[in-house]
Amino acid sequence: MSAVTVTSPAASEPVPRSAADRRPPLLRLTRVELRKAVDTRAGLWLLIVIGALGVVLVVVRLLAGPRSERTLPSIVETTQLPFGLLLPVLGILLITSEWSQRTALTTFALVPHRERVVTAKLLAMTVLAVLMTVASLLASFVGFAVGRTAGTTSGGWDLSAGSVAELLLGQVLNMLLGAGFGLLLLSSAAAIVLSFALPTAWSLVSSLVPALRDEARWLDTARTMSPLFDPTSPAMDGQAWARLAVSLLVWLVVPMAAGLFRLHRREVS
Amino acid sequence: MIEVQNLSRRYGHQLAVDGVSFTCAPGTVTGFLGPNGAGKSTTLRMLCGLTPPSSGTATVGGVRFRDLPNPGYRVGVLLDASAQHAGRTGREVLALSARVLGVDARRVDALMELVGLPRSAARKRVRGYSLGMRQRLGIAHALLGDPPVLVLDEPANGLDPEGIRWMRDLLRERADRGGTVLLSSHLLHEVEAVADRLVMIVNGRVRAAGPKDELLAAADGVVVRSSDRVALEGALRGAGIAWTPSTDGALIARTEPAAVGLAAAGAGVALTELRAAGAGRLEELFLSLTREGAVPAGPGTVREEVAAR
Repeated sequence: MSAVTVTSPAASEPVPRSAADRRPPLLRLTRVELRKAVDTRAGLWLLIVIGALGVVLVVVRLLAGPRSERTLPSIVETTQLPFGLLLPVLGILLITSEWSQRTALTTFALVPHRERVVTAKLLAMTVLAVLMTVASLLASFVGFAVGRTAGTTSGGWDLSAGSVAELLLGQVLNMLLGAGFGLLLLSSAAAIVLSFALPTAWSLVSSLVPALRDEARWLDTARTMSPLFDPTSPAMDGQAWARLAVSLLVWLVVPMAAGLFRLHRREVS
Repeated sequence: MIEVQNLSRRYGHQLAVDGVSFTCAPGTVTGFLGPNGAGKSTTLRMLCGLTPPSSGTATVGGVRFRDLPNPGYRVGVLLDASAQHAGRTGREVLALSARVLGVDARRVDALMELVGLPRSAARKRVRGYSLGMRQRLGIAHALLGDPPVLVLDEPANGLDPEGIRWMRDLLRERADRGGTVLLSSHLLHEVEAVADRLVMIVNGRVRAAGPKDELLAAADGVVVRSSDRVALEGALRGAGIAWTPSTDGALIARTEPAAVGLAAAGAGVALTELRAAGAGRLEELFLSLTREGAVPAGPGTVREEVAAR
C-alpha cells in the first residue's frame, strides 16, 4: 500500500489512520447491529409492539381466569407467547432487511468478512432476546406484585432461577431459529412463511401419521422447546435436553450452516 | 493503485465480463465507460469483493479487497446510491458506517456539509431523498475513512449540472493530491471533463484503454457537409483526403479543416458545414467502439467508421 494520504480540507475531522490495519472489533460490529435493529421506524415499532403485547397479556392474566391459576409462573408463561411468535420474525428481519433494503452492498463493502457480520447479528439478537425477556419478566413481577396487593392472585414468588434461565435460553434460541431461516432464504416473506409453516406442517404430519410420532418428539421444535417456556413444568431432564439438541440441529444448525456457506460464495448486488 | 488482471465473470452460459485488465495509478482519474450491460458494474463489484470472479484477480494497493482488514480506510466505495435503507435518516446511514470504521461522529457532520446536504436533509429519511441527494450521501459515505482510492459506479447519475461540476472538482482534487479514482459512467461528457485515462468496455471486453488525450487524438477529424454530397466526395478524393461517412449524411475527413476547405473550393463545391469534430469527440469514439463489429482498439488505433452527431 502506498503511503498516500488524501485529506479533504473541508472534512477536517481526522480519521484514525492506524485503524486501517485492524479489523473492526466484533463488539463494535455487534453494537452497530443492535443500533440497526432500532434506528428505523419499522424495527423500533416491532420491538414496541412485542413489548406492549407482553404487558397487555400480564394485565389480562391478572384479571381473567380462575384465581387459582393466577400464579406468578403462569403469568410469566403467558407473557412468553408474543415473544415466541414474534422474536423469530425479528430474527428473520434483522438478517433479511440487508437484502430487501439492499444495504448488504454497503455492509459487506465495509466488512468483507461476511461471517463476521453474521456473527455480530447473532450476538445482537442474543442481546435483544435477553433484554426483551428480562423486560417481560419485570412486567410479570410488577403485575404479580400489584395483583398480590389487590388480592387477585394466588401463590407466592415461586419462580426458580433454573426456570428463568430456561426461559432466557428458549427465547434466544427462538430468535436464532428465525435467523437461521432468514440466512438460508435471504427473503423476508419466504423466511417468515416457511419458519411458521414448516414446523407446523411437520407437527401436523407427525400427529396424523402414527409411525412418525416417535420421530416427532425428537424433531418438532414446538414440542422440544415448550418445556423451556413453561415455568410450571418440571425442570428439563437429560432426555428432554437431548431431544432439544436434536431438533435444534435440524431446524437451527443445518439451515444456518447452509446459509453461511451460501453467503460466503454468493454475489451481493 | 488498482490492478485488475484478466477478470472474468460467467453467469450460466454468458460471459458478463471477459478477461478485463486495467490499472489505475495514484494521481489519476480513470473513466470506466461502456454501454448498459457492458459489464461495468459487475467488474466494479468484483473489484470490491462483492461478486466472486469466475477467474482473474483484482487488487487495491496489491491486496485483494476481501483481504483488507478495514477496507473503508483504503477504498471508498459507491456502487449504488439507492441501496440504502429507506427508513434511516441520511445522517444515521453515515453514523452507522462511521461506527464500523471507528470514525468520530463529528466527521459525519463535516462530510454532510462537504457534500452539500444541509442539516434539514440530514434528518430526513432516505426515502424522501432525490437521486441526486442519494448520490451526495453515497459520496460522503465513500469518503468516511478518507481513503486514498475511490471506486464510484455512475456517481453523476441524478446530479444536476451544478452537482456534476461539484463532483468533478472533488474527484479532480483528490486525484491531484495523490488519490486514485475509478469512476464508471455513461455520461460521456462528464468523464471527458474529469478523467485522465479511459477504459472502455463492450460486451464484457476492454475495447480501448489508455490516456484520454491519445484516445481522443485517434477520434479527431473534420465534419464536412454539402448539399451535393457526391461532388464533395469527389473533391476529397481528388485532394487525397481520407474520409468516412457519418450516420447523418456528413463526411468525417481525417485531416485539418483548412485542407478540406481548400479541396472544396478547388472543386467548386459549396459547403454547408465545416468544423473540427471536437465537440462530443468522446461520444463519437464511444459510439464507434460500441457499435457491433468494432475493431478492438488500443491507443491510436485508426477506426473504420465514425459516427458524427
